[in-house]
Amino acid sequence: MSPAPAPLLAVRDLRVVIGGRHILHGVDLEVAARGTTALLGRNGAGKTTTVRGVLGLVPRTGSVLLAGEETVRLATHALVRRGIGYAPEDRGVFAALTVAENLRLAERSEAGEPAYDLVHELFPELRRRARQAAGTLSGGQQQMLAIARTLLNGNRLIIADEPTKGLAPKVVTEVARALERAAEAVPVLLVEQNLAVVRRLARHCVVLADGRTAHQGPALDLLADAEAARRLLGVGRRDPARTGPPVPTAARPADPTTEADT
Amino acid sequence: MATVVLLTFTGLGLGALYFLIASGLSLIFGLMDVLNFAHGALLSVGAYGTWWAASGRLPGAGPGGAGFVLAAVFGTAVGTVAAVLLEVAVIRPLYTRPREQILATVGVGLAVPALLSAIWGADPRPLAGPKALSGTFGLLGAEVPLNRPVLIAAAVLVLAALKAFLGRTRHGLVVRAGVEDRAMVTALGIDVRKAFTLVFAIGGAAAALGGALGGLYFGSVDPGQGTSLLIFAFVVVVTGGMGSLTGAALASVAVGLVQQFANYYTTAGLGDVAVVVLLAALLLIRPRGLTGRLA
Repeated sequence: MSPAPAPLLAVRDLRVVIGGRHILHGVDLEVAARGTTALLGRNGAGKTTTVRGVLGLVPRTGSVLLAGEETVRLATHALVRRGIGYAPEDRGVFAALTVAENLRLAERSEAGEPAYDLVHELFPELRRRARQAAGTLSGGQQQMLAIARTLLNGNRLIIADEPTKGLAPKVVTEVARALERAAEAVPVLLVEQNLAVVRRLARHCVVLADGRTAHQGPALDLLADAEAARRLLGVGRRDPARTGPPVPTAARPADPTTEADT
Repeated sequence: MATVVLLTFTGLGLGALYFLIASGLSLIFGLMDVLNFAHGALLSVGAYGTWWAASGRLPGAGPGGAGFVLAAVFGTAVGTVAAVLLEVAVIRPLYTRPREQILATVGVGLAVPALLSAIWGADPRPLAGPKALSGTFGLLGAEVPLNRPVLIAAAVLVLAALKAFLGRTRHGLVVRAGVEDRAMVTALGIDVRKAFTLVFAIGGAAAALGGALGGLYFGSVDPGQGTSLLIFAFVVVVTGGMGSLTGAALASVAVGLVQQFANYYTTAGLGDVAVVVLLAALLLIRPRGLTGRLA
């Protein structure tokens, strides 16, 4: 095992109360400075709330260190400008705006020249549909647009919340490939239910249960341990990696600490 | 025929006034979910600013020609500043408390007319405006007051300017996106509060311009003008679809015309009722108004 560099994002004792209901009771998590960290857990475990809490989209307490800087008191827009790209669970595309307008809105002046080359290389479809209203795109295309927005700026961290949810297997592959490519340059925090995608992308994982951190460690170790996977993720008895649509040609690194083969 | 022409121009002129209030109201509601009951007060501020300047108190401004234009610009500017102050001092501290926010805007909406009548009296103050606009022109046998087409032209220009702002500028893009999903706009690194202040300034300017031109339409300014127009502007906003500019424009025309024709051809006052019936009927068929989106 190589010595782990300091985490890019370190969350300590994150608590969220919404409408008098305690949703998070103290989540701890670290996003490694390289590669993809998966945020896992059963439905209702608090994954999306954790992401929204980190970003300040819901009122929260605790500590959120981004590259060593405490950000828990920052407004969402100020935190995002420190270099975060966010693709939310519902994709968050603006339906009445065109594809081009959605992308233009995501340009951040302080982040330098927007990386349209990368976006159009990964998602040529978005260039062809630039003038189409985003609300008329298919679910998969909307997800591509949501991810494209996170790639436009030279971000330090990408947060993607269930990017493959509800997508056809072919589109899952496309989205996974884009995230894999993004993760070569930028650390990714990935909320994902599709364990085949987790297996393909994630080196590290954090598992939540009932609004608390239940497990942190190498992703493949967890997926290889059928008993732990069943207990923590509530997935099938035999092979947890079989749940969710298959991802063809998944490159499986022999050792979870080595670079993903890309 | 002459009556129909006159009623049409008067209805459209009134609709133009409604639009000048409703456009800001609609943008503010669409972007910020704020029901601004103080919006009529902004019209009154614009009206009194214009009247104050036009009655010779502002150097260079006066009742005629270029002097009146300067007075109207002054009134509009005062209304714009008042709108920004309202947003920063009253609305902003209450963003997370919508109920208190509504009460606060209702309070400002009552306090401003009270303040105006405390300073300048409750009686209407005559505002003649320039000679060139006080006459009439003949059309198909009708003598139509010149201020009607002026109001209509002003409303059309404001609509065109707002559409250009929304469609062609980055701030406009932020506003359109914010109307759809405010939280996502902040999650893209954009300080949406700046857009709030900007939208209030724009809405305040349009309402205050409505006050200046409303002075011409009614021939006078009085403290309650804004409040009575505000009610119909709300009808326009709901009819047109919250947050939709095109919808507000169409609904302004419909409400102004229905009100004028019904008031003339039935009992006076029934036009106001007819407008509310129109609203209720429309909401039964199309709960989101004429258009459900910003366009």
